Amino acid sequence: MTVNTEMPVRVTHITKVADAVKRFRFQRVDGQPMPVFSGGAHVVVSMRDNGILRRNPYSLMSSPANRSAFEISVLRVEKSRGGSVFLHDKLKVGDQLVVSQPVNLFPYDHRGKKHIFFAGGIGITPFMAMMDQMSLENQAFELHYAVRTRSHGAYWKDLVDRYGAHRVKIYCDSEKLFIPTADLIANQPLGTHLYVCGPKGMIDGVMKQARLDGWPSQNLHSEEFLAPPPGEPFIIKLAKSNKTLEVHSHQSILEAVEAAGIDAPYMCRGGACGQCETNVVACSGSIEHHDIFLEPADKAAGKKIMICVSRINGADITLDL
Amino acid sequence: MSIVFKKETFRDDFTFRNSPSTIKRFPFPFHEDKYMYSVNMEPHVSAGPEDHPYNKLIDVDEHFVSEMEDRAKVLKEDPLRYQALPHMMTAQWDTLELLMEQQALGYPEHFSLTKAGDKWHWINKPMGIDQHFIFGDASTLPFEPMEYITRQAQGDFCIVDQRDNQLWMDAGMVTTQADWSLDFDLGMNFMEWHGPVPLAHQIGVFDRALKFLLNMQLGKPVRRLNWTMTINPRLDTSPENYHKWGTDRATVTPKNVGDKVHLRCELQSLWRLPRSNAILFVIRCYLLKMEELVTVPKWARRFHRVLRDLPPELIDYKGLTRFRPTTVEWLSKYDDGKATSSGIYPD
Repeated sequence: MTVNTEMPVRVTHITKVADAVKRFRFQRVDGQPMPVFSGGAHVVVSMRDNGILRRNPYSLMSSPANRSAFEISVLRVEKSRGGSVFLHDKLKVGDQLVVSQPVNLFPYDHRGKKHIFFAGGIGITPFMAMMDQMSLENQAFELHYAVRTRSHGAYWKDLVDRYGAHRVKIYCDSEKLFIPTADLIANQPLGTHLYVCGPKGMIDGVMKQARLDGWPSQNLHSEEFLAPPPGEPFIIKLAKSNKTLEVHSHQSILEAVEAAGIDAPYMCRGGACGQCETNVVACSGSIEHHDIFLEPADKAAGKKIMICVSRINGADITLDL
Repeated sequence: MSIVFKKETFRDDFTFRNSPSTIKRFPFPFHEDKYMYSVNMEPHVSAGPEDHPYNKLIDVDEHFVSEMEDRAKVLKEDPLRYQALPHMMTAQWDTLELLMEQQALGYPEHFSLTKAGDKWHWINKPMGIDQHFIFGDASTLPFEPMEYITRQAQGDFCIVDQRDNQLWMDAGMVTTQADWSLDFDLGMNFMEWHGPVPLAHQIGVFDRALKFLLNMQLGKPVRRLNWTMTINPRLDTSPENYHKWGTDRATVTPKNVGDKVHLRCELQSLWRLPRSNAILFVIRCYLLKMEELVTVPKWARRFHRVLRDLPPELIDYKGLTRFRPTTVEWLSKYDDGKATSSGIYPD
């Protein structure tokens, strides 16, 4: 039995907050309160764009205690698959969408004596909800937030005003100000937890530095949403449903399966949670694993694939679906 | 429908009994004539015949008041049956909200919860409690939030924290347990506290269950049934009190099986908690005397067969070794060999 807990919502506000960043506010169509969530959680937003069903994950950035609405902030990415462009250019106040229940794949460790956040660009969003919740819970935190220019950076001024310059530090590329990662990481009290969200290079750099400094892996947390990368089209054969489908260049396997009306399990749609792990029956080519869930040995063995982000380089793949 | 709460004991003179309607609603755990471990989890949604414990997501029955009195006695003798590590305070409030909301939703004639912002008002009529408090401010309650509400909710409760792709037993109220100790397990992870279970590890049950639980979603609780057997209707069969109940298992005779031997079923439900991202694990215990069980012919036939054919490892692990042969012999009189219908409900 599948339980459907998705919520139809109406767009009540669209606010431009920075160059290429808009904030969207959603309220439930049925008038019920939004579920409470935990800082760091995301929702999957389902949208109908010209007949195509798009489902993208976005971090919730509104106050977790606010039951009246959810808010997300979206960076418009020109050369992408179209979700952010649809939200920026086509979505209007009053339109309806569907959002999932909140899922938290980037929770903070409640045992932390202190929490230090590294945010790059739009990677700020999960930290906004976390800081809101932490300030209610009297948790010690500080934010180091890198933006390209002051006008590109969303919310930096609000955050400094709300939490104070001692807890919120802004670093602006255009002013040649960069996060002093090595110094910060080397000088934290015992029991500090570190969180990083931003571009891949930033995440890798911060995590590498922390490991070099001997931080325990349990104290290091990162979140990276991977959009399904484009590639050459290929054929999937579904062994259980006995169907053959084509996966287009800008489509994931999961999206192709859903477009054919087949229910496949998913949660994060970003290669992180493991929910869409699918067994490979046969593959005439090589699997391009783009997820961060499977162990390297599993990836090498080629018996499993995360269909939300991974694809193949070859003609066809047969899946246990 | 208003519940008539019974006055009864789960110790000393053991006056616990199920009324006929409560026998029929017992969550019988066997859907076929044999038993083996499995990851038998299903969505925890309202289901089953009218009045079955599956109807309400947090079930309250005629034993509520007496069970809460027994819990208070256990806690008075041993306060460590309730423990919560300091980082679990957010999860404690999540738990309080969930249990108050579900009890008020399921049984409006007995419980009510009114919220005005963070000013909450809770009424528990069966226990005569009327409490105003501020949600999030533990100083406005007579106990910590989890202890407060689990002194007013049937079943044991554990909150497991989720970190490092593991689940950690970091808070609990455990007074109606099948021979395990919160004080011993506190702070352990999922694999550690399931260490003693035989056979299941080898077939990968716990790896699969852990993976499943780590991905549990808000608004989609799940449930499973587990079972064991208890001599005398004793809720508190804890390792701490083994000296009080362990010897009971040698007192079963062919004459007293019907009254002394109980099938003990646990309706376990698991809930993702919203603010803390922890998981609440509810272990609700139901007891059924053999003489009550055999009033349902399908259950009499089936339980005889399950108990007769149980794998030896499970007989030992569940502590049934001493009294199983006597009980199987007694039950055999109620098994005419006829086929049974599938599923757990009475015919």
